[in-house]
Amino acid sequence: MAELITYREAVAEGIAREMRRDPDVVCLGEDIGAAGGVFKTTVGLFDEFGAGRVWDTPISEQAIVGAAMGAAMTGMRPVAEIMFSDFLACCWDYLANEIPKVRYMTGGQVTVPLVVRTANGGGLGFGAQHSQSVENWALTVPGLKIVAPSTPADVVGLMASAIRSDDPVVFFEHKGLFASKGAPAPPDHVIPLGKAAVRRSGADVTVVALAATVPLALTAAEELARDGIDVEVIDLRCLIPLDMSTVLESVAKTSRLVVVEENPYQGGWGGTVVSVVAEEGFESLDAPIKRVAAANVPLPFADALEEKVIPTVDKLVAAVRTTVAY
Amino acid sequence: MTNGDRIPPDPEFVQLLDPDGERVEHPDYSVEFTPDEYRGLYRDLVIIRKLDAEATALQRQGELGIWASLLGQEAAQVGAGRALRPQDMAFPTYREHGILHCRGIDPIMPLGLFRGVDQGAWDSQKHKVHMYTIVIGAQTLHATGYAMGITMDGKVGTEDGEAVIAFFGDGATAQGDVNESFVWASVFNAPVVFFCQNNQYAISEPLERQTRVPLFKRASGFGFPGIRVDGNDVLATYAVTKQALDNARLGQGPTMVEAYTYRMGAHTTSDDPTRYRAGSEVEAWRDKDPIKRMRIFLTKAGIADDDFFTQVDDDAAKQAVELRERVLALPDPGPLSIFDNVYPGGSPLLDEQRAQQERYLASFEGGH
Ligand SMILES: Cc1ncc(C[n+]2csc(CCOP(=O)(O)OP(=O)(O)O)c2C)c(N)n1
Repeated sequence: MAELITYREAVAEGIAREMRRDPDVVCLGEDIGAAGGVFKTTVGLFDEFGAGRVWDTPISEQAIVGAAMGAAMTGMRPVAEIMFSDFLACCWDYLANEIPKVRYMTGGQVTVPLVVRTANGGGLGFGAQHSQSVENWALTVPGLKIVAPSTPADVVGLMASAIRSDDPVVFFEHKGLFASKGAPAPPDHVIPLGKAAVRRSGADVTVVALAATVPLALTAAEELARDGIDVEVIDLRCLIPLDMSTVLESVAKTSRLVVVEENPYQGGWGGTVVSVVAEEGFESLDAPIKRVAAANVPLPFADALEEKVIPTVDKLVAAVRTTVAY
Repeated sequence: MTNGDRIPPDPEFVQLLDPDGERVEHPDYSVEFTPDEYRGLYRDLVIIRKLDAEATALQRQGELGIWASLLGQEAAQVGAGRALRPQDMAFPTYREHGILHCRGIDPIMPLGLFRGVDQGAWDSQKHKVHMYTIVIGAQTLHATGYAMGITMDGKVGTEDGEAVIAFFGDGATAQGDVNESFVWASVFNAPVVFFCQNNQYAISEPLERQTRVPLFKRASGFGFPGIRVDGNDVLATYAVTKQALDNARLGQGPTMVEAYTYRMGAHTTSDDPTRYRAGSEVEAWRDKDPIKRMRIFLTKAGIADDDFFTQVDDDAAKQAVELRERVLALPDPGPLSIFDNVYPGGSPLLDEQRAQQERYLASFEGGH
């Protein structure tokens, strides 16, 4: 059996594969060069591709993303890193107003094939400004695609699709998963954007998860299985395009839905998922839908407090039991 | 993978005490200190270095989540910190432990933050130091707005007026916020000193990734004076900062001070600087140590003797031991504290979540 690789190694591997394949792919960001990235997600790229294609930039998120847009207009495929996803807020004009609207506002003449990669999510005790899960921020902006992988092989396969996409993609790498291991991606691994994965099939209840909540849901499913509750776990992998048909098919089978998301309950992506099920899958349901999300508060530094805020296995197990007992 | 032997000669800067402990004269800046004041500055330097080393050790032992060391930057911080008058307001980054010390903030405060048991919230009104700011550059705009506010309040324009100081690093100078704050401070003639500690690195990126011109020269393009000072010289840093603050409080507008120094340690305890810089470079900077030069000077001038130095070291060691004990004794925060200070008057959804959490916690009591 092939050696397992870590999620963080998979990030560098996914980018490297595309850089070998396509000379137009360049990387830019803070500390991504000689240092290999503060999360070591770009290790090896500078050695292999050099300073011409791996740019250590001045500290300015606006410039990183704004200049990536300009570079993309010339036909390059920039892969821009924003060190912490919280700092997407520092370059929000480019992400909300410029990049997603340029195709639309030029009548389809100008496209910006770029990827903004960013370390997202909590669970590591990094506090209010370095721990947020902010896929939902991007979800409010038509024109962006949103990817958030949960396994090393998916990182590689989705990175390939993201970089090859002619439209902008925000690629969320979960900090809590960087050290996790999984099977390496096979050669030429490409996963199309907008295809959810059924990670565990089950008959009693559907749990929809994303990124770090996927392994959390799988652990909860094992625990519930011991009590005879058979959970189906769906890994959305992308929020835009959003694969609702996989979710609706599953709910048609199980008649019960729990969504587990790391962002705050207010405005979280789970709200979009459950609203589609409420509109289109209502007749399948035998119990009210449940959302396990973070509390509507900033994230605390303290580990013991952080787990009070974000979803845990215990909270998900409790929610599933309530749903099943309804 | 490192920058090789990249050890540029010292640039031109204001210096009043050279690395060999010789007092040098400068035509525009001179300071006189009493022997007590000299000894006080030395003491500050030694104490903040010792407490910083203790914090690094605590992090290594798993007692702090992370620590951003000030090692090497003591003189820049004590020089600026002691130049502040009680009425002045400071906006720090996350590395300004020396400024906190000068403002009388208990060192347990930042350690609580880095231990993760609280938000490090010292009384910013009382001590006149805003909270640590981690999103790079944001505090320069906070400082500028604050400076505009005190101007409108009529607190600027006299010898006892108020002034504001914003701390930031060389890396931060690339941020839009910082450049925008320069424009605003200039246009509104805001009483703010932009104090840049150029410690030569922004995590792994050396200065030349951020700028092609000496940083202090940026100021002139925005329409206010910029000055570079030897940031390892506490006397010069004090003199230059004091003048800049006095100009601000008198209503003469902003100044940028570039304190030329060196980050002797890692960016934070999560960083490994051997990945990107040569040991020989660090060694060369060791010769410019801010404490060593003060000690030589104080000895030669007969202001302090070995007994004094031993006493300071002992005091610092004692404070470090006390600090360690207090850190280990910090209480863990209560589980419902996550809901505090989000919305002062509550909000229906939040109140419901708090109630849920209370019920959940209560379910563990009484035998479950
Ligand atoms: C907006 C933003 N971008 C990136 C970071 C990550 N980061 C933390 S410290 C740092 C380097 C700062 O360098 P500098 O301004 O020179 O200050 P120093 O840490 O050297 O004192 C970076 C990039 C951040 N905290 N905020």
